[in-house]
Amino acid sequence: MTESDPRRAWMGLLARAKGVQLDRLWPDAPPPFDWLRRPDQGSMMVQGRAGAVGAAFNLGEVTVTRASVRLACGSVGHALVQGLDARKAERAALLDALLQTQAHDDLAARVLKPLRMAEAEAREARAKRAAATKVDFFTMARGDA
Amino acid sequence: MYVAVKGGARAIANAHAWLDAARRGDRDVPELGTDQIREQLALAVDRVMAEGSLYDPDLAALALKQARGDTIEAVFLIRAYRTTLPRFGVTLPVQTDKMDLSRRISATYKDAPGGQVLGPTFDYTHRLLDFGLAAGREVPPARQADTALDPAPHILSHLGGEGLMQAEPEGAGAVPDLTRDPLEFPAERALRLQALARGDEGFLLSLAYSTQRGYGRNHAFVGELRIGTVRVSAQLPELGFDIEFAEIVLTECESVNQFQGSKTEPAQFTRGYGLVFGQSERKAISMALVDRALRAEEMGEDVSGAPAQDAEFVLSHCDNIQSSGFLEHIKLPHYVDFQAELELVRKMRRAAGADAVPDAAE
Repeated sequence: MTESDPRRAWMGLLARAKGVQLDRLWPDAPPPFDWLRRPDQGSMMVQGRAGAVGAAFNLGEVTVTRASVRLACGSVGHALVQGLDARKAERAALLDALLQTQAHDDLAARVLKPLRMAEAEAREARAKRAAATKVDFFTMARGDA
Repeated sequence: MYVAVKGGARAIANAHAWLDAARRGDRDVPELGTDQIREQLALAVDRVMAEGSLYDPDLAALALKQARGDTIEAVFLIRAYRTTLPRFGVTLPVQTDKMDLSRRISATYKDAPGGQVLGPTFDYTHRLLDFGLAAGREVPPARQADTALDPAPHILSHLGGEGLMQAEPEGAGAVPDLTRDPLEFPAERALRLQALARGDEGFLLSLAYSTQRGYGRNHAFVGELRIGTVRVSAQLPELGFDIEFAEIVLTECESVNQFQGSKTEPAQFTRGYGLVFGQSERKAISMALVDRALRAEEMGEDVSGAPAQDAEFVLSHCDNIQSSGFLEHIKLPHYVDFQAELELVRKMRRAAGADAVPDAAE
């Protein structure tokens, strides 16, 4: 565990969230900030491994948007989010900056916790749907033993 | 040779206006939203992402709408758009063993640890048209079990543990990228896998089928087929750590093929590998079979000249954008070329004493 672990987790959570989720959970006007990097759309090359475990190969790209901000207090926030939603990247970078300030606990409760729960619920629902399609084999009785 | 021509601007503008109107279709029918395409034609969206080599369901849905449902045209739109996006970096290799599974089956082990999970499959349906869908019947939600399915290890890892499965060598050096460097031969496996992952499903299906019918003997079992969601991680250079910035759906197939062994290796099983964006098991299985066929030489197998064993043949023709680009360019004006050929044929006929044929064009 390192100091960056909670930040890694929230940056990932914000990156994977939908833009509408961030807007709904955090409708607040942002505090004054400067752009270090305005939302910038691009791609990341996704790699796989031959045979799942061997040599890496390039599978294809995924769209991303990145942004960086600095709040008046000096806190710097970064975002690398999935998809091409510039507003989502902006909101994620601002939240990343704010979560490193005294606003952390409030925002963790209002934004991160519901996002984490929504993601966990979606995963669990999918895993339960999958479990419902698990095959129960039974052996056919053969002969007259 | 294609020779540039001018003119026809008005005809082109009117043709494109008609295209727009034709795309819209009967205006008494509600217009299709890209969200409807994304949600309800999800497998078409997946195919466009896989062959477009860009994971973004919203863009793929838009491309399908714009292409009037023409898959290859939609792939073309995505490929063209992809070239406008700067590449920020490379992700860490996806860990498919940690996949949140929606489907996972093995044709080699009935009692595979983790079980056989069917997922939302067309298998075992009767392939009878469901007129209820046309009538808009209510669709109940999917059933859920009481306990969630856990991630499962790869089935072939058990064979690997016994030494019965050929180990996958670690890569050495930079990962080749055919979006940056032109395809060159011999192509290493990482490059072949990249080309196959974005290759045309129909082409790969036919090649894979040809191996099953005996063109490059290569009897494959589906050791494991899994479909599910994986997190994608990347290092953030500003921060020096990695984050799970994306979640994508993948289909993975590992085929199991027998290997007779050699002077240096005992008899064991070998693997063909397929990994595809989205839910696309036909493509993933095809990719695994073709990947294995392309390893024939490496395995010291009898290379009989079967198309699926010929890397140059497979990789140079599997890209449907490259193929259709060259194929369709012949419909563009070739007037000068054809005039030259016409002159030549007339000259040859005159020389052969066939002048009596009336020259209608003149």
